[in-house]
Amino acid sequence: MKGKSLVSISDFSKEEILEIVKLAAEFEENPNQLLLDGKVVASLFFEPSTRTRLSFETAINRLGGNIIGFTDSASSSTTKGETLKDTIKMVSNYSDLIVMRHPLEGSARYAAEQSDVPVINAGDGANQHPTQTLLDLYSIYKTQGTLENLNIFLVGDLKYGRTVHSLLMAMSLFNPIFNFIAPDELRIPDEYKLFLDSKSIRYFEHSEFTDIISKADILYMTRVQRERFSDPIEYEKVKNVYVLRNSMLDNTKDNLRILHPLPRVNEIHTDVDDNPKAYYFQQAENGVYTRMAIMASILGLK
Amino acid sequence: MSKRKLKVSAIKEGTVIDHIPANQLFKVISILGLDKVSNQITFGTNLESSKLNHKAIIKVSGKYFEDDEINKIALIAPAAKLNIIKDYEVIEKKVVDVPDEIVGIAKCFNPKCITNNEPVTTRFTVVSKDNIALKCHYCEKITSEEHLKIT
Repeated sequence: MKGKSLVSISDFSKEEILEIVKLAAEFEENPNQLLLDGKVVASLFFEPSTRTRLSFETAINRLGGNIIGFTDSASSSTTKGETLKDTIKMVSNYSDLIVMRHPLEGSARYAAEQSDVPVINAGDGANQHPTQTLLDLYSIYKTQGTLENLNIFLVGDLKYGRTVHSLLMAMSLFNPIFNFIAPDELRIPDEYKLFLDSKSIRYFEHSEFTDIISKADILYMTRVQRERFSDPIEYEKVKNVYVLRNSMLDNTKDNLRILHPLPRVNEIHTDVDDNPKAYYFQQAENGVYTRMAIMASILGLK
Repeated sequence: MSKRKLKVSAIKEGTVIDHIPANQLFKVISILGLDKVSNQITFGTNLESSKLNHKAIIKVSGKYFEDDEINKIALIAPAAKLNIIKDYEVIEKKVVDVPDEIVGIAKCFNPKCITNNEPVTTRFTVVSKDNIALKCHYCEKITSEEHLKIT
């Protein structure tokens, strides 16, 4: 993987994904390894994303690396009209690795083509956020002991949620069964169903959030956002339907874990937080180890 | 051939590109770079056609196109036909074929795509050739025929 950019989850093979997941476990066991000592990592956030940025910066710090960059485009030369290409050309002269968040879709692929050093996509608009997917995979692996043959339930906004789409693509390498639970307006797009059909992966669609979750190994919750609905009445109808409450977990499997990319609003009731099946805060912590693994691997240090 | 039909003069050696939609003539000229070559070129437009409402025709003297080169016009002139001329005779006829990859020419329909916001050459994988569908190499969104715009 040395020297390779990470733009889209589909850039990584099954073997490469497993390598990252296993390396993340190694970093979790021994987080203070100064592998990035003397290295400079550019952290270019053209739009603010505190959660992702802090996770990356923690990972860089734990590896002993130095960080240059900016936290939103107001403090970069973009405000002077500099093109992305010029910013990337300049920064790639200074750094060993670029971590980039940008509001425009496809910006990460373009940056990777322009840069002399590897680029890690930390989110390009609504397109891709592959490090989120890899930390989701690590969380699944860690809690289930495997990525193979799992029953994955995805709940909420399955139409626009990019984390859901990337997770679906990546998990499809591991023979899962998918269950999609979403309001009609936010159903999983046809292109993903065609993709699953082409891989002969089984999936089921539901519009009711009920005790069908008793079969789940992983329950992946997402936010249903008001702005996604053309009709506000539709939003009012569904906003409290796709909410997970502690009582709903009574008949679920012991190995079930609940994941959420965060931030949550009301889709997971706070009474779930103390249930041992709630895993979303550890999931965020796993992001640090996963990002350490990605950076070490791309720089050829592991 | 009767004199009435011969609206654009014949060429001795070269290529005749026929059945171009009349409204795409100048785009075809531009995509093929015919505005920058020194060859003799004659063209006619708004000609009557049984296949198209109004067609255009281009005759390029002393030039034979490679497939890769001519296939670039398939997006805007899918019915175009090539007549390869040697010594005033048609020695070969060719149709155009939509290529697997398209660089430049087309515009991504996604307003939030980097290619619509910075000076980036577009790149697409052709995911369907019957009803043209182009997957953007950058934003990964699919531009369908109804949203297709040529730059």
